Amino acid sequence: MNKINRRNFIKIAGAATAASAIGFPMIAAAAGKKQVVIVGGGTAGATAAKYIRRADASVEVTLIEPNKDYYTCYLSNEVIGGGRKLDSLKFGYDGLRKHGVTVVQDTVTAIDAKGQKVTTKGGKSFSYDRCIVAPGISFVDNIEGYDAAAMEKMPHAWKAGAQTALLRKQLEAMADGGTVLIAPPPNPFRCPPGPYERACQIASYLKNNKPKSKILIIDKKDAFSKQGLFTQAWDRHYKGMIEWVKAVDTGGGVQSVNAKTGTVSTEFEEYKPAVANIIPAQVAGSIAKTAGLTDDSGWCPVTGKTFESTIHKGIHVIGDAAIQAPLPKSGYAANSEAKVVAAAVVDLVNGREPGTPSWVNTCYSIVAPNDGISVAMVYNLVDGKVAKVEGSGGLTPMDSSPEERAREVQYAYSWFNNITSDIFN
Amino acid sequence: MSARKTLAVILGSGLLLGSAHVSAAPTATMLADTCAGCHGTDGVSTGPATPSLAGMSETYMVDSMKAFKSGERYGTVMGRIAKGYSDEEFKLMATVFAKQPIPVTSQTTDAGKVAAGEKLYGPNCEKCHDEKGGLADDDAGILYSQWLPYMQYSMQDFMAGSREMPKKMKKKVDALSDAEIEALLQFFASQQ
Repeated sequence: MNKINRRNFIKIAGAATAASAIGFPMIAAAAGKKQVVIVGGGTAGATAAKYIRRADASVEVTLIEPNKDYYTCYLSNEVIGGGRKLDSLKFGYDGLRKHGVTVVQDTVTAIDAKGQKVTTKGGKSFSYDRCIVAPGISFVDNIEGYDAAAMEKMPHAWKAGAQTALLRKQLEAMADGGTVLIAPPPNPFRCPPGPYERACQIASYLKNNKPKSKILIIDKKDAFSKQGLFTQAWDRHYKGMIEWVKAVDTGGGVQSVNAKTGTVSTEFEEYKPAVANIIPAQVAGSIAKTAGLTDDSGWCPVTGKTFESTIHKGIHVIGDAAIQAPLPKSGYAANSEAKVVAAAVVDLVNGREPGTPSWVNTCYSIVAPNDGISVAMVYNLVDGKVAKVEGSGGLTPMDSSPEERAREVQYAYSWFNNITSDIFN
Repeated sequence: MSARKTLAVILGSGLLLGSAHVSAAPTATMLADTCAGCHGTDGVSTGPATPSLAGMSETYMVDSMKAFKSGERYGTVMGRIAKGYSDEEFKLMATVFAKQPIPVTSQTTDAGKVAAGEKLYGPNCEKCHDEKGGLADDDAGILYSQWLPYMQYSMQDFMAGSREMPKKMKKKVDALSDAEIEALLQFFASQQ
């Protein structure tokens, strides 16, 4: 990473001043039109863009996203398990364009909250009445040696796309009898049940193709989401194949990796797995920090009602990047938050008081080809904060029948069809 | 409205809201939008296992949600979610879906079964599921062009007794074979 010392700071600052003297091409706001700029075109950002246009087509929405296409993280564990093609997770932005959203393929480098202006790497500048920041996650350097090069040897596959394909390729190449090591991150992180569903999906592949192989999960936590149901599934479908080791037993999980030698180390032991899936600790996507939207936790504090940043007025943070608990960092929650914020932003730019929010979440995990489990919850606003609606939600019962579990798999697929259409079409 | 009257209204509503622990009810759209993740934008499901809600009568939607909430109607996840809303909120979200036209799906159906189903439809279903299952005023589920896997699950539940059939329906269903029921579902699913 570039170090900024005093001398090159002056150089950088000088360059920036020169650039503004020449003047960034300012995208002129049409007279009287309200402008909303959305930073990030994942689940949260794309949903917000569509729902603002649906609620008020007079609002001009610009969505800035570095990638041409988006790969959903949800169902990407099925790609890793071999039951699904990566292309089925790929979504473009033409659907949003049909809603009248201006989609700009660029990277946001700065957000000026006072000047209400977003600047990009491509040298463009966009002024806004309201800004929505939905950058997802970025990784924390919490595992020694896990740098960019190591990610290519020991994929995290926690942002779907090339990393997902790489992990799949490594599983296909490994010999029978090898060990797959999964190192889940500490809380909070994107998709809490994800690492454990991934263990199921990998186990399903190994059981049918490389049955002498094992999966070792070395966790940074002592408990995890849907633990009872996952443990039941491991015992039911992959007996003796998956071992989960809690943080307290290893002195805090994986501490370091050596990508050259292929070793993964905890405080006490060194492993040399055939495949290593290292998932680092996470914080809000990096632009959130650059824009001064994060607190000491690395995530973005927001109000409960409109998810407006408590640090910078006029900027709303949604999706995984926000401190949104008790809402989880899930796709459905991001979609739900985006709709609430879309409605609030439309109210605010029109000078109205935003209405009362309502959120929902459902997370499916596919633990075997015909075995699905879920957790659901409805949320409302109580005393200005997001709260679980008492008596709602909960987990798939431990004793639900095979028929019910098979149905949950089909509901998971229908959820995927519907939510991706709700976001991108 | 005069300035004084406006002020009085604002003060009045402020007092009402101020006394509530939980804020005022969300708007109908706010509530209905929470359903879209599984049931599609505006309740038009891209399927195939989750039904479209678009076009359902308010009565049917509210009754269904109440039945899910109480556990009277079986569901894997729907009951857990229904417990998060009040009857008033069910009514509000139902108004949104009732305003939508009944969606037309594109599904693969078996022509032979569809033809057999068409013959069975008149004498067995039409009385309560008029217009090929597309008359919302019947206050029955929208079957017209509805997703086939959803309807198959529903019939399994009816026949297993985990969802109660109206008496007239039970009489008809009891007299039909599994193949005949499948033919009827294919007939409804095939509607364009």
